[in-house]
Amino acid sequence: MGNHSDGSPTSSDAVAKAGHEEVDKFQDPGLPPHRLRLADTDPKAAKRAERQVAWLFIISIVGTLLFFVAYFGIRLDDTFGPLRLQNTLLGLGVAFAMLGIGTGIVHWARALMPDHEVAEERHAIRSEEDRLAAVQIVDDILDETGIKRRPLIRNTLIGAVALAPLPAIAIFRDLGPLPGDSLRHTLWKEGERLARDPDGTPIKASDVTIGSAFHVIPESLNSLTEGKIAAKAKAVVLLMRLNPEDLNPSQGREDWGYNGIVAYSKICTHVGCPVALYEQQTHHLLCPCHQSTFDLTQECKVIFGPAVRPLPQLPIAVDADGYLVAQSDFHEPVGPSFWERG
Amino acid sequence: MSTTQQTPAQETPFVPATATGRITNFVDERVGGSGILREFGRKVFPDHWSFMFGEVALYSFVILLLSGTFLTFFFDPSMAETHYSGPYVPLKGVEMSVAYDSTLRLSFEVRGGLFMRQVHHWSALLFVAAVSVHMLRVFFTGAFRKPRELNWVVGGVLLILSMAAGFTGYSLPDDLLSGNGLRIIDGVVKSIPVIGTYISFFLFGGEFPGTAIIGRLYMLHIMLVPAMILLMIAIHLFMVVVHKHTQYPGPGRNDRNVVGYPLGPVYAAKAGGFFFIMFGIIAFISATFQINPVWNYGPYDPSPVSAGTQPDWYIGWVDGALRLMPGWVFNIPMEWHIPFPWGTNTLSMNVLAPALIPAGIVFTLLFIYPWIERWVTRDNREHHVLDRPRNAPTRTAIGVAGFIFYCVMWAAASSDLIATHFEVSLNDALYWMRALFIVGPILGFIITKRVALALQRKDREIALHGRETGRIVRLPHGEFQEIHAQLDDYKRYKLVGFESPVPEEGIPNENGIVTKKENLRSKLSSFFFEDRVAPAAPSELEAGHHHEAITAADDDKAITH
Repeated sequence: MGNHSDGSPTSSDAVAKAGHEEVDKFQDPGLPPHRLRLADTDPKAAKRAERQVAWLFIISIVGTLLFFVAYFGIRLDDTFGPLRLQNTLLGLGVAFAMLGIGTGIVHWARALMPDHEVAEERHAIRSEEDRLAAVQIVDDILDETGIKRRPLIRNTLIGAVALAPLPAIAIFRDLGPLPGDSLRHTLWKEGERLARDPDGTPIKASDVTIGSAFHVIPESLNSLTEGKIAAKAKAVVLLMRLNPEDLNPSQGREDWGYNGIVAYSKICTHVGCPVALYEQQTHHLLCPCHQSTFDLTQECKVIFGPAVRPLPQLPIAVDADGYLVAQSDFHEPVGPSFWERG
Repeated sequence: MSTTQQTPAQETPFVPATATGRITNFVDERVGGSGILREFGRKVFPDHWSFMFGEVALYSFVILLLSGTFLTFFFDPSMAETHYSGPYVPLKGVEMSVAYDSTLRLSFEVRGGLFMRQVHHWSALLFVAAVSVHMLRVFFTGAFRKPRELNWVVGGVLLILSMAAGFTGYSLPDDLLSGNGLRIIDGVVKSIPVIGTYISFFLFGGEFPGTAIIGRLYMLHIMLVPAMILLMIAIHLFMVVVHKHTQYPGPGRNDRNVVGYPLGPVYAAKAGGFFFIMFGIIAFISATFQINPVWNYGPYDPSPVSAGTQPDWYIGWVDGALRLMPGWVFNIPMEWHIPFPWGTNTLSMNVLAPALIPAGIVFTLLFIYPWIERWVTRDNREHHVLDRPRNAPTRTAIGVAGFIFYCVMWAAASSDLIATHFEVSLNDALYWMRALFIVGPILGFIITKRVALALQRKDREIALHGRETGRIVRLPHGEFQEIHAQLDDYKRYKLVGFESPVPEEGIPNENGIVTKKENLRSKLSSFFFEDRVAPAAPSELEAGHHHEAITAADDDKAITH
């Protein structure tokens, strides 16, 4: 690459050579001669263009009228029909009103207004005279302030100006509370019943047949008076039942399920979308947002997509009445990673 | 002013005759309108269809302000809980936020409300698109060169602001889709090292989603971001006036003049008329094509999500980057647990890298590109005549490479829809796009450069040999020839009137040493200009023959030095 410019550009006469270039160059022939339009020469054509422009403006007037007909003439009710009709007619009315004016003016300009292209000189953006005058002014101003001669003023001013914006940053502190350990806890606790999302009815182990899946919330969620959505955003769980031999629980997690029923956090470990798609045949969970795929038979290990960590498992058991309950909270924070997660 | 003589205060002798004249004169005497009109009334603007994109951007912003103002009268950005009691049957009695409730009421109960929502959303999509295409036009024609580098930067800032405006607005209705969008943002914010969790809590006023975010985004969306956009547009247009508009190359046009139509009446009529045409087209689309039917999605709930969801198109490239990034690269996790004396911290590169790096590359290169080219060419002249993209092959190729880089990410945001529509495996679709993400820009660069050089060669041929007439003549000795017609001087000048820089050696400093920096400049100069087709010269035309002009690296190898 480097040596390329040594030889060949100059050895090929197709390439303009420095210095030589100025001479052997086509001269600018100047603006091409102006060509008249039909409307410039034929009064009939001009008259026709005039009528066309007027018609376009009339179309605009009709459009505006159409808007009022649709606005006052159509009564909205509980159904979609009148709404759709009104939206369409209002919109078409405005569209014709605007397009009529726009195309009319543009047609007018193109057909009837002079179409001579003219040339104008460009002027220097900054003249040398202005620059010298500006330099002089700045020098004079600085001199009059005496800032160069009085370093004490300059230095204290720098200090003051550097510090003064800090309150403007600090004042935003109360935008929100500190995180604390809130990301590590959910509503789940020992004995908390697993309930159906969204009605909150508890789920009996016997209701969960092999191959079925339930969207689950903690039973106490619906009785929360505030922070319900934030609590739900962490606590939602997917409950599925597989053949127990398809599950391969690791050591210490053998009793986290019940008869092949397992519960996993529904919040994707990537950026927190709900992992809502369960492929019953392959036992895969798929996040519809970024396609992270988790394998239920490998404790929801990531087998595809941008997530790194498996979905956290919720240890579950069955209470005396046969309802599914949590053994404890999740053993790790649910959802996307954060710096302090560890 | 004068000190020698007491002059009376200024009074113009003009006495208007009509009532309109009196009012005009009253204003003119106080604001100096005559001077402004004299300066700008006949200002010359070059005309070309590609100059329209900037206008489209400006006009769609005006339409955004108009329709958005209407929407604010009915929308209530509150996250307080309420139960829907409006006319839309499927959602009757459903618990939802006031923001979502007011969006439904605005759509179903306010006459023209749905239309205005559609106008607002469609023009938002068009606004970002127009800004983007306008930037592409400016890049490919070299309009960012001196003296317009700073205006290019202002344009880049406007592009970022337009995306910010779009995203903050997208989240306001508090429907299922926009809530999931916010949740993704929350996940990305939390991946920021050290301060991410804090930013998330400050942004949402606590844990996601909290009850503050809609109100805060609303303020950003209707005040801060539009105010900044307006400020930037003002600076942008001010600089356009200072610089005067660029013009395409052609006979009679050079860097010292500006050729076009006077502002009044032709240019003003065309530009003004075009605003109404734009408004009409947006109104037509809004009347006939549904967008963002939030009532179908339902209120935000952290549990459900619908498959096949898409962000608005301008956020697609960031979402696509998130999808392209593998969580595990050859069994190495992209989430790193870093031990510190105080404990282990988590760095989530699988989220952070795709969210920051591609956007970082795109915007850094975008902002500094004018200065790169300026440094390589040592060109300190003002350029008011645009380059035809083919006449700057390397720049055009760089632009296309960047465009493909962007587009692959953008398309990846639809990987699931690509899989379902074309009935291919979702995983394969993504693997292919990961490969394209790397290979696409390189291929795009090579192909574009070759195409540009080929077009230049074609131009040379036409300039020297004339155009094909389609008339075949048989010569007395039996040979068939197609008659070529020579171009007239004006058409030919359009094909030959361009500059073609040659690669430059590094320049030694005062000690006779070529510094490393100069060496790099020389290498970049070869990268930019070693493959070049020189413009046809009069001597060549006279000689009645021409040479293949490309001095490509391949040819070079064949020549023995």
